[in-house]
Amino acid sequence: MSHQTAAAPPAPNEQARVEKQAAVKSRYSFGGAGTRNIGLIIALVVLFVIGYATSGTRFASLDNLTVIVSTASIIGVLSIGMTFVITAGGIDLSVGSVLGLASVWATTLATQTMAGQYGWIVMVGCALLVGVGAGLINGVLIAYGKVVAFIATLAMLVAARGLAELIAQRRTQLVNVDSFNSTFKGDLLGVPKIVWIFALVAVAGWFLLNRTTFGRRTVAVGGNPEAARLAGIPVKRHTMMLYALAGLAAGIAAVMMLARTGAGSSTNGQLYELDAIAAVVVGGTLLVGGRGTIVGTVLGVLIFATLTNLFVQNNLDSSVQSVAKGAIIIAAVLLQQRFVSRGRAG
Amino acid sequence: MVNVDPQPLLQMRGIVKEFPGARALDGVDLEVLPGEVHCLLGQNGAGKSTLIKILAGAHQPTDGTVLVDGQPVTITTPVAALSLGIATMYQELDVVGGLTVAENIYLGHELATAGVQRRREARQRTRELLRRLGHAELSPNREVGTLSAAAQQVVSMARALSHDARVIIMDEPSAVLDSDEVQNLFRVVRELTAAGVAIVYISHRMEEIRAIGDRITVLKDGRTVAANLPVAETPTADLIRLMTGRSVEYAFPAAPPADPAAPVVLDVTDLALRGTFRDVSFQVRAGEIVGLAGLVGSGRSEILETIYGARKASAGTVTVGDTRLRAGSVGAAVKAGIGLAPEERKSQGLLLDEPVYRNITLSTFGRFANGGLLNEKAERDAAQEQAESLDLRPTGVDRAIRTLSGGNQQKAMLARWLVHGCRVLLLDEPTRGVDVGARAEIYALVRRLADSGAAVVVVSSEIPEVLGLADRVLVVSEGRVVHTGPTDQIDEHAVLDMVMEGSAA
Repeated sequence: MSHQTAAAPPAPNEQARVEKQAAVKSRYSFGGAGTRNIGLIIALVVLFVIGYATSGTRFASLDNLTVIVSTASIIGVLSIGMTFVITAGGIDLSVGSVLGLASVWATTLATQTMAGQYGWIVMVGCALLVGVGAGLINGVLIAYGKVVAFIATLAMLVAARGLAELIAQRRTQLVNVDSFNSTFKGDLLGVPKIVWIFALVAVAGWFLLNRTTFGRRTVAVGGNPEAARLAGIPVKRHTMMLYALAGLAAGIAAVMMLARTGAGSSTNGQLYELDAIAAVVVGGTLLVGGRGTIVGTVLGVLIFATLTNLFVQNNLDSSVQSVAKGAIIIAAVLLQQRFVSRGRAG
Repeated sequence: MVNVDPQPLLQMRGIVKEFPGARALDGVDLEVLPGEVHCLLGQNGAGKSTLIKILAGAHQPTDGTVLVDGQPVTITTPVAALSLGIATMYQELDVVGGLTVAENIYLGHELATAGVQRRREARQRTRELLRRLGHAELSPNREVGTLSAAAQQVVSMARALSHDARVIIMDEPSAVLDSDEVQNLFRVVRELTAAGVAIVYISHRMEEIRAIGDRITVLKDGRTVAANLPVAETPTADLIRLMTGRSVEYAFPAAPPADPAAPVVLDVTDLALRGTFRDVSFQVRAGEIVGLAGLVGSGRSEILETIYGARKASAGTVTVGDTRLRAGSVGAAVKAGIGLAPEERKSQGLLLDEPVYRNITLSTFGRFANGGLLNEKAERDAAQEQAESLDLRPTGVDRAIRTLSGGNQQKAMLARWLVHGCRVLLLDEPTRGVDVGARAEIYALVRRLADSGAAVVVVSSEIPEVLGLADRVLVVSEGRVVHTGPTDQIDEHAVLDMVMEGSAA
């Protein structure tokens, strides 16, 4: 009995106070999405201030802001899909190539002829199917074939790009389906339609990650796959679906690419996977899995798009821009690690 | 013979080791003479592993002194231990699979001139070491990952020899060896001791201790309870009594009389997992607690995991109520109403950075959800209700589960299955890492679950826990059930005798 006396709980008031403190602490150190996002917003504001200081109204004009957001849109959609994969502890290097493949497949003569008859839905359906199909192949290889995600998606990166070249025979395939152009090109309520698509995908992604069983499973699989498996979650099936989701995002991004450039090309989306991964990581999603934030990803994408715009506005070398990007990625990851270790210690 | 009372090579006096919330060692004395095989005996949790880690420089003692050749020393790092001539062969093989035999043996003390490895010399010396160990057939260039467990053990031993160690600590070296290999191990040990090297030998197998040991020190609950007993003159019964005499009091809830009319909830028939266990059959009735007792490696945890479908049975069936489960499917087991609280709570059970309530509803959030949409309020309410009924502290369910103590994390695991409403509960080491006060709560909780109609299976390496908590016990040894019976008709000594004798083969 003596141990019970020794371990007697503190007086009720004291205990309540301690618990409240712990709760407050835990809110800021673990579920600290709020504080992290504030950091990203500050970074974005700083970039805007620099932009205004160096380029004045040329930077701060509504037109230019529209340019920034529409630059961000395509990478943005890829990044939303990537957020899910990375939250679950995976990686998808193939999304840029799959975008290219989908853009080519949706603009072949055969597809466009059918689209001429049945409408734009044929092209969109084709792009999405190609994306989901490639994603499913990744997912099956990784979940059931036990191939490391890095390798499986690296193979898909190479193979999808090659297949796109075969189909397009290295030619640029112009979009000449009027219904497609009228549906996806141009503005709606003064905002480019591809920006609307990005916004819709971001909202849907946020909802899926934070409000559905699919999102909960994603976090569980990334946080502790063994615990998830032993709790009865179908980890393999879910992993497969996550890569299919990333493929779907690549298909949507391909449609946006067609709307923006007006052509399918096997070079579409080159190196986009790296920009998407960078945006996700800078946004605060843990590369080891278990924590993901859609809002952070969107902010990460906007930060990189603003940075690009700043350099363009000031006629600076794009090589310098790459160096700056690299520095931002490292800074973000270092901050993230400090954050994690502090959280773990507490 | 000349030196009748030689100076001890290694002495430990009053060693205390405190971890946050637990005192792992509470006054350990050990004295090792040159050229002797000193056996360290003690049950799981007696403190053997902590003691080894202190000698190996992996842990620092909180109090007490270590003397080598009569001189006090502080062993701050593994390198410091090796330079004092103390080498350790861990129970878990600690070789690097992708490196060659020679590279493993000289790992960390590579033979090199200005950073360039003298590989030919390393291979030559490796050959000599292997020959000395009776394994000249092993090539120094062989990749260690391609070797059998026994051969990897030889590499581990060669590494200890390569340090010119004066004291070699062997933690259950025979666990991965078959009987021929054990004879070879003994031959090497005798050669080493003849050359004046001291061996600290840890094993549960009495037969081995009789065959090779000189003196025995017995640990219990972090203390030395008997030191320097001569092996030849100490009966096994005395050793078992020393190991089991308890100072920690267990407080078990009273068990209601067995109800032979209660329905059988879990029926395990001829279950087998290739290479691990076979012919395991037992039934558990509603309201009954069945315990599995056995040593680490006896197959007891694997039996639970196979019932649960986390490992795929090679033969046999598991039936819950009227449902026969598909082998190797956790989903089917959970759906049929089985819950598992795994042995490694943190790595197998919990999402440490997620809030308590999400950990509690990890198996059930889909049930609260509506067409794929989470209902977090319902989840939180259900978790809160269980947290209150289990007296989970601190009380809020929104904090990260990492911040809870081991006992409260275990309660959260149980709460997960309470919310699930499962009919069969499998508990693997339910009180590991749980302090004494919280243990009694866990025991009471398990009994309450059984009283409410669940069938419970408990695995524990602490025999008193199995006997005190369970209604019936299955003694598991070497992958077979060697005894089944009510817990009130058998005592701790008899069970320990069975698991140790059974493993002597």
